[in-house]
Amino acid sequence: MSAHEITLTVNGEEVREAVDARTTLVDFLRETLGLTGSHVGCEHGVCGACSVRLDGVVVRGCLTLAVQCEGHTVETIEGASDSGALADLQEEFRTRNALQCGYCTPAMLLTAAELLAGSGVPSRAAIREHLSGNYCRCTGYHAIVDAVEAVARARAGATS
Amino acid sequence: MKPAPFDYARARSVEHALELLGREGARVLAGGQSLIATLNMRLSHPSLLVDINEVAGLDRIARRNGHIEIGALVRHAQAERSAELGQAAPLVARALPHIGHPAIRNRGTVGGSIAFADPAAELPACLLALQGEVDIAGPAGKRTVKADDFFHGLFETALGACGVLTAIRVPAATSATRVGFAELARRHGDYAMVGLAAAARANGKNLTDVRLAFFGVGATPVRARNAEAALAAGDVEAAVNALGHDLDPPDDVQATGAVKKHLAGVLLRRVARQLNEAPQ
Repeated sequence: MSAHEITLTVNGEEVREAVDARTTLVDFLRETLGLTGSHVGCEHGVCGACSVRLDGVVVRGCLTLAVQCEGHTVETIEGASDSGALADLQEEFRTRNALQCGYCTPAMLLTAAELLAGSGVPSRAAIREHLSGNYCRCTGYHAIVDAVEAVARARAGATS
Repeated sequence: MKPAPFDYARARSVEHALELLGREGARVLAGGQSLIATLNMRLSHPSLLVDINEVAGLDRIARRNGHIEIGALVRHAQAERSAELGQAAPLVARALPHIGHPAIRNRGTVGGSIAFADPAAELPACLLALQGEVDIAGPAGKRTVKADDFFHGLFETALGACGVLTAIRVPAATSATRVGFAELARRHGDYAMVGLAAAARANGKNLTDVRLAFFGVGATPVRARNAEAALAAGDVEAAVNALGHDLDPPDDVQATGAVKKHLAGVLLRRVARQLNEAPQ
């Protein structure tokens, strides 16, 4: 059960580490790199709390092995937040109380951002469907859908 | 939970993957959206994972000889975005949004869904309804297996321990092709309690070559042959009644067999309406 040397890009920086084959991407990010914004919930792909970006698309950090990321690019909530690309969404979440304990929030933001990257203003049903793989046990989702919808409208207004 | 230890190797080619799979206890890792969950829960214990994600040439969607071919590593999300697939395989296009969630579909593969052969999964039933086929590379060479002969039992397929699924193929839709899809799940993205993938050919006002593939009702996707005949004769109620003979779903954690049987009839009525609509 040998360790594997991997080189990958995490939040814009090249990282070189040794990992066990069985280490999941989210455990690697949290425990080896100290990037604890990605959370570990169910560990079998249901709750969505571990979601991160791999080569630009949102994936489950618990259903991807760190060793598979050799040569690839990972972005976590830390990177996405620092870039400012989520600032309007984060502000809307705060304003509308779209988070309480915050456990689901980093993954919820990344998943919502992926939907918002598409064109147009998605319907509330489309927002709910897109976020259906991210569990929130506090808010009842209503405020989250409100926040995502508000950002979609604001961005559409800003560009039209 | 965390997975038990295993070795990992990245296959450079299909041939390299086959060589690596010669080892006892080796398994193919594609999208990993089912496999890694079972590793985390310690439901499977491979000695070696053979990662085929970096094998070139398996991620293409191509139309040839009246068929559409979907490479094993085509991600669900990639297939969802493909206009060509939407046109040539409308049944698959309808089924794809029901698979998991966007983040699962970003990583999960079409080939993986077929090879894993979860009895409640959408794509195996679509392949069966469409009379598709599966390309397999094995130690003895390449072979093609028809969907009717591919699904052997619970998570058991014609792949065997050392085979690599390289592509699936379905006949491209024509103007006479009719398809229908519906499933019932407790939450969006869950595996279905019962689902139905259906294909037929319109012949005037009638349907011929009706194929109904139910999922979540047995160890494999299940054809409902008596219901198919009734539907081809234009009698939806007789088709629903025929499900009593065609299906014998076992109880599971989601529902009793009797409930599943009832829901299968509900889905059949919905899908029968879809089959009678000409595509836009």
